[in-house]
Amino acid sequence: MRELSYAEALRECLRQTMTADERVFMIGEDIGIYGGAFGVSAGLLAEFGKERIIDTPISEAGLAGACIGAALTGMRPVGEIQFMDFVALSMEQIVLQAAKIRFMFGGKATVPMVLRMPGGSGTGAAAQHSESLENWFVHVPGLKVVMPSNAYDAKGLLRAAIYDDNPVIFVEHKLLYRTKADVPEEPYEVPLGKSKIVREGSDLTIVATSIMVQRTLQAAEQLAQENIEVEIIDPRTIKPLDSAPIIDSVKKTGRALVVHEAVKMGGFGGEVVSQIVASEAFDYLEAPVRRLAGLDTPIPYNRTLEYHAVPQVENIVDEARKLVQGGY
Amino acid sequence: MTSKHSTQPDYQTYLQAWGQEKALALLKEMLVIRTFEEKAEELYALGKVHGTMHLSIGQEASAAGASLALRESDYLLNHHRGHGHCLAWGSDVNLMMAEFLGKETGYCRGRGGSMHIANVEANNLGANGIVGGGIPIAVGVGLSIKLRKTDQVVIVMFGDGAANEGAFHESLNMASIWKLPIIYYCENNQYAMSMAVKRAFNIERISQRACAYGIPGVTMDGNDLFAVYAAVSEAVERARAGNGPTLVEAETYRWRGHSKSDRQAYRTREEVKAWQKKDPIRHYARALGLDDAGMERYRAEASEIIDQAVAFAEASPEPSIDTILEGVYA
Ligand SMILES: Cc1ncc(C[n+]2csc(CCOP(=O)(O)OP(=O)(O)O)c2C)c(N)n1
Ligand SMILES: [Mg+2]
Repeated sequence: MRELSYAEALRECLRQTMTADERVFMIGEDIGIYGGAFGVSAGLLAEFGKERIIDTPISEAGLAGACIGAALTGMRPVGEIQFMDFVALSMEQIVLQAAKIRFMFGGKATVPMVLRMPGGSGTGAAAQHSESLENWFVHVPGLKVVMPSNAYDAKGLLRAAIYDDNPVIFVEHKLLYRTKADVPEEPYEVPLGKSKIVREGSDLTIVATSIMVQRTLQAAEQLAQENIEVEIIDPRTIKPLDSAPIIDSVKKTGRALVVHEAVKMGGFGGEVVSQIVASEAFDYLEAPVRRLAGLDTPIPYNRTLEYHAVPQVENIVDEARKLVQGGY
Repeated sequence: MTSKHSTQPDYQTYLQAWGQEKALALLKEMLVIRTFEEKAEELYALGKVHGTMHLSIGQEASAAGASLALRESDYLLNHHRGHGHCLAWGSDVNLMMAEFLGKETGYCRGRGGSMHIANVEANNLGANGIVGGGIPIAVGVGLSIKLRKTDQVVIVMFGDGAANEGAFHESLNMASIWKLPIIYYCENNQYAMSMAVKRAFNIERISQRACAYGIPGVTMDGNDLFAVYAAVSEAVERARAGNGPTLVEAETYRWRGHSKSDRQAYRTREEVKAWQKKDPIRHYARALGLDDAGMERYRAEASEIIDQAVAFAEASPEPSIDTILEGVYA
């Protein structure tokens, strides 16, 4: 099978979906001739024209609202927020409108829209261009939140998100855009709300999201050399969360660690931990359930500080080792 | 209230009022800005900078002319393309360069970087990575000035793109109804990243928007330091006199790409070249009676200043990892 980068996989999904379905269109800042800040829509303007690859002025509230209105009236818009940070300017439309319209209207309306946005640090873009805000949306009934960790999932999850009848927040990661994976040419869906066991192991369950799945895979290789076998679960959709495979895994390993880039306090990891300890897996636990996540700080500009603000491979290795060797 | 395009001021009147030394200082200031950014570009190419940057090469007269109309006690808020504004505000070029290189000695201890340089002690309330982010903050600064009953004013600088954020509308209206001492200073460099002003607005001049808020609007040649100074001075006078805000629009052009990852497919080389003929620094030098050769020694002086700044920055320490949580809370 051929390899595609994460960005190419997303683009292929967009191209295929837009070719097959007139209702799908893209809207965002600099997605046309510029091809998107991270190149996801490169070339699509030439293919689909400016009626369906719509460049907006710098107006994030307007952009989100445009998606909602179009979705309410039969279209399937895919909005792009240039950096996840800027979604702060769209929050009213997303949280107070998109998420609730269906409910408030007694289930008689649908808002089938996707808002794609790259989160995460690691590019030296500093505090206002490096946020990981996914848990803001997890807290809002009516929204779904997707976080692909690789090119294969990116293509399939995006299609599932476009065909979902709910507003979906689709969180990409800047450092993943160039990472490659085998990606089938034909269109396919990776269903929303299904976790994936990325690696099997018997000593410790690690639940990781987005780029942390890649870092955890690297950590697992190192740990395997010390005879520590890690089982890695990628929820892929953090809302709805498919927790059954996580709970089953913890029953098997007796230990759990959650790894994400977003700030630990109030982060998604807290939800995973509570679902584990509230389940039958509790009786199987041999160690405290731990979280490894971003420090409680905005992302610093300085390269070294930026590096240390979020979990890296060596932190995952240390934490996993400590958990397995009874360090807690 | 109306919006207008300003006419070319009489250069000689200004030059006589300023005197030789001040007139030359302005030329040097613009050359330092240009050289700072050329050096920034070079350092980036050498892989010494982690992150991105936004260069204002070609927009120097806008920064220098606007600052000239303000006092040290006034306030500045600016945006991501802000090296020029910051230097024109009288900032220390060493501390700026150190910040650019992420060093502990930088204005923001290496935490902020190119997009977030601030010097609160000097009433420079900082650049902003969020387009339009400073526009509402200016309302608060204006309000505070009014409540404290000082004769200060605040200038908030932003791009054409920022004028299409919703916050622009809310802020200008509030500033108008409360008659706040604010200069809304829009650097219209014809593009917001790849979005041409022509595509993003259905009006001829951005300053026309002022009419909707009942405040004056003025557009001037942002590459003409004298025209910038004249327009901003008028707005400052009005603000200081308690008559409220003005929307000032500087027509200019960025010579470089939006940031380092811009292939510039949205504009032609010819267009860039045409604007480069309107080089704001050369234009000003000519008014001083200097040709390129005459400018050379000031260029060399600027290079020396910038080289020293790089030496200072490179010799400066990195922030230490144990300080990573410092500065999050007071
Ligand atoms: C709220 C927000 N939206 C989008 C961006 C990404 N972005 C940064 S600068 C820029 C263009 C800004 O254009 P303009 O305001 O005209 O300033 P210029 O860059 O031309 O100086 C964009 C889209 C951002 N930083 N913040
Ligand atoms: Mg602009």
